[in-house]
Amino acid sequence: MQTAHVPGLIAVVGVTLVTLAIGIWGLRISRTTSDFFVASRTVGPRLNASAIGGEYLSAASFLGIAGLLLVGGADMLWYPVGWTAGYLVLLVLVAAPLRRSGAYTLPDFAQARLSSKAVRTACSVLVVGIGWLYLIPQFEGAGFTLRAAIGAPEWAGPVIVAAVVLANVSSGGMRSVTFVQAFQYWLKLTAILFPAAVLVVVWLGDGRPAGPISGDDWSMPVASGATGLYATYSLILALFLGTMGLPHVVVRFYTNPDGRGARRTTVAVLALLGLFYLWPPVYAALGRVYGDRILAEGRHNVLVLELPRAMIDGIGAELLTGLVTAGAFAAFLSTSSGLAIAVSGVISQDVTGRWLRGYGERRGVAAFRLAAVVSVGVPLVVSLVAQNIGVAESVGLAFAVAASTFGPLLVLGIWWRGLTAAGALAGLAAGGVGAGGAAILSIAGISATGWGGALLGQPAAWSVPLAVVVMVVVSRLTAHRAPAHARQFLVRLHTPEWLDLPTR
Amino acid sequence: MWTPWRRRGHLGTEADRAAFRALHQASLASPALREGLTTESAERAIRHLRALLGTPALALTDTATVLAWDGMGGGHHADQAAILTHVAVERSSTRTAERGHLHCDRAGCPVRAAVISPLVVEGRALGTVQAFAPTISAGLVRATEEVAQWVSGQLELAELDAHRNRLIEAEVRALRAQISPHFIYNSLGAIASFVRTDPDRARQLLLEFADFTRYSFRRHGEYTTLAEELRSIERYLLLEQARFGDRLQVTLNIAPEVLTVVVPFLCIQPLVENAVRHGLERAEGTGHLRIVAHDRGPDAVLEVEDDGVGEDPERVRRALAGDAGLDSVGLGNVDARLRATFGDEHGLVVETAPGAGTKVIVRVPKFAPGVSADPLPGIETRGTER
Repeated sequence: MQTAHVPGLIAVVGVTLVTLAIGIWGLRISRTTSDFFVASRTVGPRLNASAIGGEYLSAASFLGIAGLLLVGGADMLWYPVGWTAGYLVLLVLVAAPLRRSGAYTLPDFAQARLSSKAVRTACSVLVVGIGWLYLIPQFEGAGFTLRAAIGAPEWAGPVIVAAVVLANVSSGGMRSVTFVQAFQYWLKLTAILFPAAVLVVVWLGDGRPAGPISGDDWSMPVASGATGLYATYSLILALFLGTMGLPHVVVRFYTNPDGRGARRTTVAVLALLGLFYLWPPVYAALGRVYGDRILAEGRHNVLVLELPRAMIDGIGAELLTGLVTAGAFAAFLSTSSGLAIAVSGVISQDVTGRWLRGYGERRGVAAFRLAAVVSVGVPLVVSLVAQNIGVAESVGLAFAVAASTFGPLLVLGIWWRGLTAAGALAGLAAGGVGAGGAAILSIAGISATGWGGALLGQPAAWSVPLAVVVMVVVSRLTAHRAPAHARQFLVRLHTPEWLDLPTR
Repeated sequence: MWTPWRRRGHLGTEADRAAFRALHQASLASPALREGLTTESAERAIRHLRALLGTPALALTDTATVLAWDGMGGGHHADQAAILTHVAVERSSTRTAERGHLHCDRAGCPVRAAVISPLVVEGRALGTVQAFAPTISAGLVRATEEVAQWVSGQLELAELDAHRNRLIEAEVRALRAQISPHFIYNSLGAIASFVRTDPDRARQLLLEFADFTRYSFRRHGEYTTLAEELRSIERYLLLEQARFGDRLQVTLNIAPEVLTVVVPFLCIQPLVENAVRHGLERAEGTGHLRIVAHDRGPDAVLEVEDDGVGEDPERVRRALAGDAGLDSVGLGNVDARLRATFGDEHGLVVETAPGAGTKVIVRVPKFAPGVSADPLPGIETRGTER
């Protein structure tokens, strides 16, 4: 243990303890008779938006972007742009109708819309797959963050994060989850904004030195060559359509009281994410000036953690390092908790809940705990076995799978009454096998060069259209089997709640 | 699950297979018919019924008009089918119609003769099944009769379902009415006692009382959100507190995430009323009431707990089983409705013993197919964040 590790250690232990304490004891907000009229007040859009932001801003946002920008240049800005703009698509096409459908999870929506157990099962499988794909990079990121912050071995980070998340989720950590996640957003924003502001002041004080001139390549918004252009467009498509298919984002919309609330929440999320994503590029730009050593040692992944020490000395650097470490660790914990809750919810509904059917009243709790173990355990093992997956890239793959499966399902399910169960199933299979297969090959470390590599690394540009076409064509072929209530259901999805519909 | 290769291996003779096919078609038609005889259900079922009979055209009618027509000739024979309906319905017996009744100038139209069999439920004809073919055979008459009888059976079951639902609805209405005399009398008495000493509070309480009754007596809608239900409970507690003063201590601990959960209308309020009535009114000194709602992933868990006199578990078991002679009238009704809405694993759980207080636990899924809240028109609730 070196003295350099002290602030990181304090930050990690502090965030862990606070998270565990909140999970175990809960924020006991009890109301007694004098003020209990507050008890039935639903969660407002701003609070809910903060909570979504807290859950959504993952390790990839906090650490990944700055590192990618430092190495890859301006075309990597599409990651933060896409992660934000996904909510714009969500706002315009999905948010309010999804809320009005009454669905809690994506499988719920599929079942309500298509009345098909088979489609529900397919969606459950996809939710689990996407959740795992998204959890793996969180655990990976925790590994190298802990190594950089406290010099822990690579396996320690994933194990600690998984253990905290598991303890939290299975002890009923959903208590006051909205407040906790909202707090996490503001913690993360502070942890990235405050150090950035200090470092910018330092940079101004140094006489605004410029970074090394490395030609036009770094500042190009599109990667070079035809494959680069393809990869950029593919990434944009994946991120724009993928957000609506993320299991932990969708379940949060259930907390909104109505469709209007869902829309207002989404607008607030856009603002909050926009505010957050201004700052990682600042780290990258400063890293170009001060981060030569970090880049040379190949530690661009932890640029955000290393930059304060690279720029200033003394106690100030230690404090800033502690703050960014706390933010990064909060990012792992909140995103992983959100994903673990969403994934174990689906597993306990559709798998373990059925296994334990005979266990009576305790079944719900037991099923959920078992599901939590499965949903955290599998990605933990994968992240320990498969080393060195790029955090932002593999989150990008999770987005690609979501965009190729739930994207078409939600958009067509909400806006096209012709969708049939068979069509949805075929489309989910096409998109899921296509994008999912590409993702698994990438994680397994199989990579090709040239066009093969581009098509596998960024599958969305072909897998999304494929899924849409298959869904539409098979639905047309099975048009006679369209669900009888489709028209009525769509009317409900698109009618504001305050309109009293004459027919029920 | 059947897979094609297994099907070939195990199903023996042609007769066996025909029987299986017939049963399969019948099972496909059954869910639609179990919803009663409507245009929509007839349209969904008729395809399978025609496959069962193997005729070129089939019609399902109510007592006056054609509800659904499958096969050829639907356009130009519908009016004749409606006329044929009358005869069969009036006589309540199977009739046949020949070419003379089915004028047709189109070449190749297979609708030349018809077998019309009435659908009789509880001695009353609801409609007919009409099978059309180029010629009538004794086999077709017999088959149509059998199909009509089977459909009648399904409709009878539908009628039973409807009866059961009406019964539950009647119970809900009874629940609404039950909130009544005691509570209204006591509340108004309590409010009256404030009119002189604290007119503002009296006015406030009267408004709460008005909102409370509007919610509880509302006529339409089967489901509501937990937020609405809790709001009404808050009003109820406020009124009870006006009466009991410090003798009634209430703690609410509600996870805001579960407020949007959809629950059957008036499914928590009776539990709270029970807790106040049976738990506190009989006990001496201060009574504590605790209402908790947790978020448990795909479920929401609600607990209503009091530290009153408690109850003999055996009596509670009988109340849940529907023994109406007991005090806890609401309990059995709420339990039945929760089970009917969300399935058997979502009934009430009651933990109690004499002298040990009572705790009622409800576990509600956040999503259940077909369950959605009905908005409450015209009520702009105070205390709501908009």
